[in-house]
Amino acid sequence: MTPSAIILIVLGLAAIGYVLGRQRALKTAQREGVKLHSLSGYHGQSVALFIAVPALFLLAAWLFLQPVLIESSVSGRIPQSAIPEGGARSLVMFDVRRIAEGLNQIVAGGDVSENDLADMRADVTDVRARLAEVGVALGSDVSPIVLQTAKEYRATDLTASFVRNIAVLVVALGFGAWALARIRPGLRARNISETFIKALLMGSSLVAILTTVGIVGSLLFESISFFNMYPAKEFFLSTTWNPQFRGGSELGILPLLWGTLYVSFVALALAVPLGLMIAIYLAEYAGSRLRSYAKPAIEVLAGIPTIVYGLFALITVGPFLRDWIAQPLGLGSSSSSVMTAGLVMGIMLIPFISSLSDDIINSVPQAMRDGSYGLGATKSETIKQVILPAALPGIVGAFLLAASRAIGETMIVVMGAGASAQLDLNPFEAMTTITVKIVSQLTGDTEFASPETLVAFALGLTLFVFTLGLNILALYIVRKYREQYE
Amino acid sequence: MTDTSADTVAAAGRPKARSLYQVSARTRKRHASETRFRMMGLAAVIFSIIALLGLMTSILSNGLSSFKQTYVTMEVFLDPAKLDKKGNRSPEDLAKITTFTIQPLIQTALAETMEARGIAVEGVNAKTAVELISKEAPAQLRHFVLANPELIGQSVRFELLASGRIDGYYKGRVTMESAALDRNISPEQLTLADELKAAGLLESRFNWSFFTAPDASDTRPEAAGLGVAILGSAYMMLIVLALALPIGVAASIYLEEFAPQNRWTDLIEVNIANLAAVPSIVFGILGLAIFINFVGLPQSAPIVGGLVLTLMTLPTIIIATRAALKAVPPSIKDAALGIGASKMQAIFHHVLPLAAPGILTGTIIGLAQALGETAPLLLIGMVAFVREYPGAPPEGFFDPASALPVQVYNWTQRGDPAFFERASGAIIVLLVFLVIMNTVAILLRRRFERRW
Repeated sequence: MTPSAIILIVLGLAAIGYVLGRQRALKTAQREGVKLHSLSGYHGQSVALFIAVPALFLLAAWLFLQPVLIESSVSGRIPQSAIPEGGARSLVMFDVRRIAEGLNQIVAGGDVSENDLADMRADVTDVRARLAEVGVALGSDVSPIVLQTAKEYRATDLTASFVRNIAVLVVALGFGAWALARIRPGLRARNISETFIKALLMGSSLVAILTTVGIVGSLLFESISFFNMYPAKEFFLSTTWNPQFRGGSELGILPLLWGTLYVSFVALALAVPLGLMIAIYLAEYAGSRLRSYAKPAIEVLAGIPTIVYGLFALITVGPFLRDWIAQPLGLGSSSSSVMTAGLVMGIMLIPFISSLSDDIINSVPQAMRDGSYGLGATKSETIKQVILPAALPGIVGAFLLAASRAIGETMIVVMGAGASAQLDLNPFEAMTTITVKIVSQLTGDTEFASPETLVAFALGLTLFVFTLGLNILALYIVRKYREQYE
Repeated sequence: MTDTSADTVAAAGRPKARSLYQVSARTRKRHASETRFRMMGLAAVIFSIIALLGLMTSILSNGLSSFKQTYVTMEVFLDPAKLDKKGNRSPEDLAKITTFTIQPLIQTALAETMEARGIAVEGVNAKTAVELISKEAPAQLRHFVLANPELIGQSVRFELLASGRIDGYYKGRVTMESAALDRNISPEQLTLADELKAAGLLESRFNWSFFTAPDASDTRPEAAGLGVAILGSAYMMLIVLALALPIGVAASIYLEEFAPQNRWTDLIEVNIANLAAVPSIVFGILGLAIFINFVGLPQSAPIVGGLVLTLMTLPTIIIATRAALKAVPPSIKDAALGIGASKMQAIFHHVLPLAAPGILTGTIIGLAQALGETAPLLLIGMVAFVREYPGAPPEGFFDPASALPVQVYNWTQRGDPAFFERASGAIIVLLVFLVIMNTVAILLRRRFERRW
């Protein structure tokens, strides 16, 4: 029985529980001739909740933990001799899992019974060809030990799944029966189900914390194992980035950091003045008609996915800059460059900055404007000498938020900035960023336990710390500033 | 002394600033700077509009042509001597037909058709003529034969894909000059294509298969489509909707209505605010480390993508829902409480229905964001080359699939420029979806928004 079937069964049981609970409440009330404390529906609801929620939680936890536990118990049983020279236990386990999956499919196909499978031997049957028929292609022939382990894996998995199904159903029925049995006319069913729901609501709000814990945990855990293989000092201070998948790589973050900051600088140098001017114009000068068109248009711009900007950089801006500026001036011949990525990212950030600054400019009290006008200042003098200084902390906050987005932006730099890690001042030269390297180290078939792959987690951690710091600083500044005028 | 100074001042100032109607140089300077500032603002607005237009024109001009595709229409004789040597039409034997068996059939058919129509171009023989037809065509034919074995032995009219270069020729990507330098196509072959077009054998029409076909290999851009990507994106959106909406709404109700003012609540709120600003690629790392490496979910599967996008969308939905709940006036809840409803009843029966349009709008906008998200999906393996359609849900959630934005990225990484056209076309499809979603959100807001 698949997990989805179990879910359906549990939900079906919950529906039945609702009906039964409702009926039982009405019947007992009628028999005893008293009024119910809660509406009959609440009795049904509490039974349904007690059936569904614990059972589904158990199922979720089980699904989460079963593969991990089985894997560790089975992988311990692989003898050292079965692991090929230079290979890793995890790779053998990968094969074991795939073979087990293939065996499942063979049995599901119906030509091989469970008994035949138990007799299947790697040195007699051509297991590899047999598995290829059901769509599991293996790189090499299956050794007897691996097949044996795969069979054990499969058997443990099947038993565990069976036990899981039984356990889930027992929990559902047990809680259901208990909830059903305690129905009395005086039972405060409404309070019970409301408390239950309140607990669920609270649980949902914890997802945010769990996500953060997950992010920090996975980044830290893998980064630590990276720093165990590769010295942290080299990582943070070396100026060479040269990963070799045969080992002996140099993984210095400085060229990537330089590329990231350079691209972000170009983007912000374009986006901050433009975004700010747009916000000022729309807030102070534009008529209500223009504003009613321009503001939604800017919101739409902000909703364009970054892959669109990336493609724009790749097929239009990059070649344009190369053919019209970089090559005539002899500055380079690469269409992906810091300038390409920076300009396009700047365009992406304009709506972000303008809508943030718009809020900030609008929150400067009208009295300050009126005071300035009353002294005879023109509009632009009021803006430059009264509004902007008053709004400065907020604008700095917006700037920091934009900087954190620029640093974390991925698709535009992947498609526009290039992949060569170098420390260079020429903005028409291809450079690379932290995010680009995270993508390139983690995509493709790579061995997971090598420093070349794990470095991506250290890069991710650096990125996370950077952006988190900027965000917290920005939020702090913005909040401080808001309080000033409230 | 005072007299003289007063006189000189008066004498100097009189012609300039006596009348208020006459503008002094200083005022003129101030007004000029006012105009300059204003023009700078206008210029900024115009620049961003130009940038937007440039973006749109670039995508549209590169991508619109991918909605048309060149086909060669001709009759192919399904030779039983080649396709079914045993003559028993058994599906098992037919399944062994390879595209290598079919290729000569197409070649003969094209040669015969050209001969019948009297089309001949110097320098093109039967072998080079068939290069006008996509390498995907034999597969197309094989499919047809397997589906209709009873038609073996007859001549059947086929619309076969023209090769990517021929298609590019009619879209302006390939010219006679570029063909002369190209190993894959010669100017003579282009002339032949023109002749075929004049004879009505070759034509361009709307490219339905762009929306339904799966991805194709590097050498056959003409056959590549978005089918698997659209399906994968749809699966992920289903998962996001099914998980993020209930969890987001529940969390918002708790934070807005029940949460006590304490450190714990503050911690949750700070967390949500920060998650909204975490770079998307970090969520990809989370998905890779937790969902794939720890839990052991399959790579490239919509379920993993859906879970990652759910976590990314949650803050958006929570922020929108809390705003919608806040916008419902407290008097409504107070009235419900006043006539004896419990707090839970007041919220679920009265506040939540009134906040529903706002919640829905926020959800749709969150979904639209999730639909366009690329970076995290690259890390969880959605970038793999997938030709098989995922199965029906829920099992299909665990099958490998692609996603619309990832397909765009994937195509930009290939050598043939025809894939750039496809990528821009895919972006147009993506943008159309986004426009539809955002329009629905705006309409919902207009239709149901209540001002109290």
